[in-house]
Amino acid sequence: MKFLHDLLEKQKPLFEKGGKLEKLYYVFEAGETFMFTPPEVTKAKGVQVRDAVDLKRVMMTVVIALLPAIIFGIWNVGFQHHIATGDAEVASFGAQLLYGLKLALPLIIVSYAAGGAVEAAFAVFRNHPITEGFLVTGILIPLVVPASLPLWQIAFASAFAVLVAKEVFGGVGMNILNVALTARAFLYFAYPAQISGDKVWIEIGESAAGQAMATVDGYTGATFLGLAVEAQKAGQPVVDFVANAAHWVQSPAELAMTSFIGLIPGSIGETSALMCLIGALVLIWTKVADYRIILSGILGALAMGVLLNVFAGDMEAVKNGVEGAHYYAYLDMPAYYHLIVGGFAFGIVFMATDPVSASQTSTGKWIYGALIGVMTVIIRVLNPAYPEGIMLAILLMNVMAPLIDHYVVNANKKRRLKRATV
Amino acid sequence: MSNNVKLKQGFDIKLVGKASESIAKNVEAPKRYALKPEDFLGMNRPKSVVKVGAKVKAGDPILIDGKQEEIKYTSPVSGEIVEIQRGERRKLLAIVVEADSTIEYKEFPVKPVDQVSVEDAKATMLESGVWPLLIRRPYAIVADPSDQPRAIFVSSFDSHPLAPNNDFTLQGQEAYIQAGVDVLKKFAPKVYVGLNGATPSKLFDNVVGVEKNKFNGPHPAGNVGVQIHHTSPIANANDVVWTISPQGLVQIGKLFKEGKYDAKQVIAVAGPKVDTPEYVETYVGASVDTIVASKIKGDNVRVVSGNVLTGTAISKDGFLGFYSNMVTALEEGKKSRFFLTDGWLAPITSRLSFHKAFGLLGSTSKEYALDTNTNGQDRPFAVTGAFEKVVPMDIYPMYLLKSILAYDYENMEALGIYEVAEEDLALCEFIDVSKHDIQKIVRQGLDTMRLD
Repeated sequence: MKFLHDLLEKQKPLFEKGGKLEKLYYVFEAGETFMFTPPEVTKAKGVQVRDAVDLKRVMMTVVIALLPAIIFGIWNVGFQHHIATGDAEVASFGAQLLYGLKLALPLIIVSYAAGGAVEAAFAVFRNHPITEGFLVTGILIPLVVPASLPLWQIAFASAFAVLVAKEVFGGVGMNILNVALTARAFLYFAYPAQISGDKVWIEIGESAAGQAMATVDGYTGATFLGLAVEAQKAGQPVVDFVANAAHWVQSPAELAMTSFIGLIPGSIGETSALMCLIGALVLIWTKVADYRIILSGILGALAMGVLLNVFAGDMEAVKNGVEGAHYYAYLDMPAYYHLIVGGFAFGIVFMATDPVSASQTSTGKWIYGALIGVMTVIIRVLNPAYPEGIMLAILLMNVMAPLIDHYVVNANKKRRLKRATV
Repeated sequence: MSNNVKLKQGFDIKLVGKASESIAKNVEAPKRYALKPEDFLGMNRPKSVVKVGAKVKAGDPILIDGKQEEIKYTSPVSGEIVEIQRGERRKLLAIVVEADSTIEYKEFPVKPVDQVSVEDAKATMLESGVWPLLIRRPYAIVADPSDQPRAIFVSSFDSHPLAPNNDFTLQGQEAYIQAGVDVLKKFAPKVYVGLNGATPSKLFDNVVGVEKNKFNGPHPAGNVGVQIHHTSPIANANDVVWTISPQGLVQIGKLFKEGKYDAKQVIAVAGPKVDTPEYVETYVGASVDTIVASKIKGDNVRVVSGNVLTGTAISKDGFLGFYSNMVTALEEGKKSRFFLTDGWLAPITSRLSFHKAFGLLGSTSKEYALDTNTNGQDRPFAVTGAFEKVVPMDIYPMYLLKSILAYDYENMEALGIYEVAEEDLALCEFIDVSKHDIQKIVRQGLDTMRLD
């Protein structure tokens, strides 16, 4: 590798002060330090040795934790296509993966390119190094959108998020909102047709003749959460209703396991709670993500789900025409379903734990996570306008996180003051 | 009354090259000794009071602070002033003494300690050069003679990486330690001694008149600041306490028992680049040239006065710092690493990490031969919750550091700036993913609060 290093070193004067391409120094530097860790040594005063960790490694850990969800998600795009068109039995694993790749890979590339360009432009104009945060953001964005999303939209979203959510606040470490979720929120409110409803989650594709391919009997393009809202309207228990309405599950008994494994339609990376769980274990074991947020988020969602069950009413009474009886099917859904459907698992594991936009104190993290869980369920169940609640719940709590920390830190100040006067 | 404090937070950096408990015989006595004004935190206007060519005895003043002239900084050895090193704008860097072959000592009055008044004790200590051994908290600066400290704290053990074992370096000096304690009790009603809970120092077994507390846990359990926090915390800017090292107690005790300023000390010479790491007997401020010549192998080596967390890099003929109790030698890590083979994307076991991020597979319990590479570049603060795990105090380090950077006086005060010194947050600097100079920030905060 020495020749490569020498080659880079030879170009360096061009980018250094006084060089022709001086303005592009940080772009060059990012490339060089990507391949070769810099030969920097500790200063004369202060610590003489440094930990082997750096931000690149930390970010890379997140990317690795994401890998199961990425691979499964890409395959699931193909799988959903094939069960929708009725040839899931015929298509091989490889064919399904390839189908998914064809759709997902361009999204990933465009997301990295568009956001990365904004990042690099800011590095050039503002004279600061390109940071590693985008390594994670760039892959998170395509994972929280449907595979059918137009490329120009993801390019817009990625660039918008880096610009508005991150760079205007001063770059990595200064942002208030999670960058990837800001991209998703941007898409959600700017182009709702391509990221909500029941037309976008499963790619049907076109036949050779240029017409939409035929779908199986009983095909529905809606996600679990979309169907849950329908169940509510129909006044039927959610699990039975979904199992009945969806073509991707055969019986109510299978529904929970199918959802947990993730063989359901949805955004590319978010469908499999199982893969998110594997990612969570990686993040918790490496301590890159704080278990407090994940655990309290799960507990918060369960608690809120159970609380809603209490108010669900009585279906039998409604059927029998008892006066004043009511039945809200969505409120009656078993609470654990909230953990395995929609983007909850993905959000709580990979988005809520973003250290920059989350609470920073340990106590704060418990509160922050729990409130995300609670808010997610409230938005899902009680607000029919938004089938999915995790995105808004996290963004809301991102804004609240500094407030939570403020009170936690204030308690510390008071405790210390009290201790001192005793 | 004695507490047994268990500290969970902290981290022991295990390095190759721990000094074995023997005194090196093959190290020639250094010729040159120096006082460096930079070592004395809080010194405003360092002034040399000697000229090149002057003859001095051990204990003769050679340096003063123009703003605090009572405190004399004296020569550790007898001999001739051979050099006064100055830097930019004639800033005083070092006053160098070339030592006589046998040390002559300036004489100070000898009197049984119980018959010495506070005023006399103070005068003798100020005159002889032992005063700067007293450190004042808040701010961690040289004690002010007009202070009325509430208490004096001594940590009997040093928990820094490869730090010397005081039981070995000070063995047989128990009587001086007791005398030192007795002198200091004239200044403050209470003297606290922090003992290592795992292996309590024998030096203090028979020392009376002190409150002993035990501290268990990884570094920084031996830091006096951590011990103060868990015994009798500093309340505010006016709540003054002093701290002193066991070595300092010995020097003060000797001053009163024998009437001389004896700057002799046994230091550890340790680290991955040291040939047979062991102890060396020398004086405060010694040049390391003879130590380097006989003990340090290789060329690409950094010599550190002090330990790897709080020390200062010095040249191969540089001088030990006034407060240094060891020399560490390690490899200079000025090299690039390809990202796939041993850079940021490669699994590695050869470098230590407190974190468990991807590819950091080295165990924290094995000994490492670390080099001085920063292993990454300066970045904004991104990771949270890590600093708290290495600071065993009820303090939020990240919030404190941010308040310092924002010059937010009120918050610095409320978040605990008075309770910390650089060394207490040095581990944060080691583990910091974003590679900040945290000790420098802490000092900036302490200076801001002190001077404004």
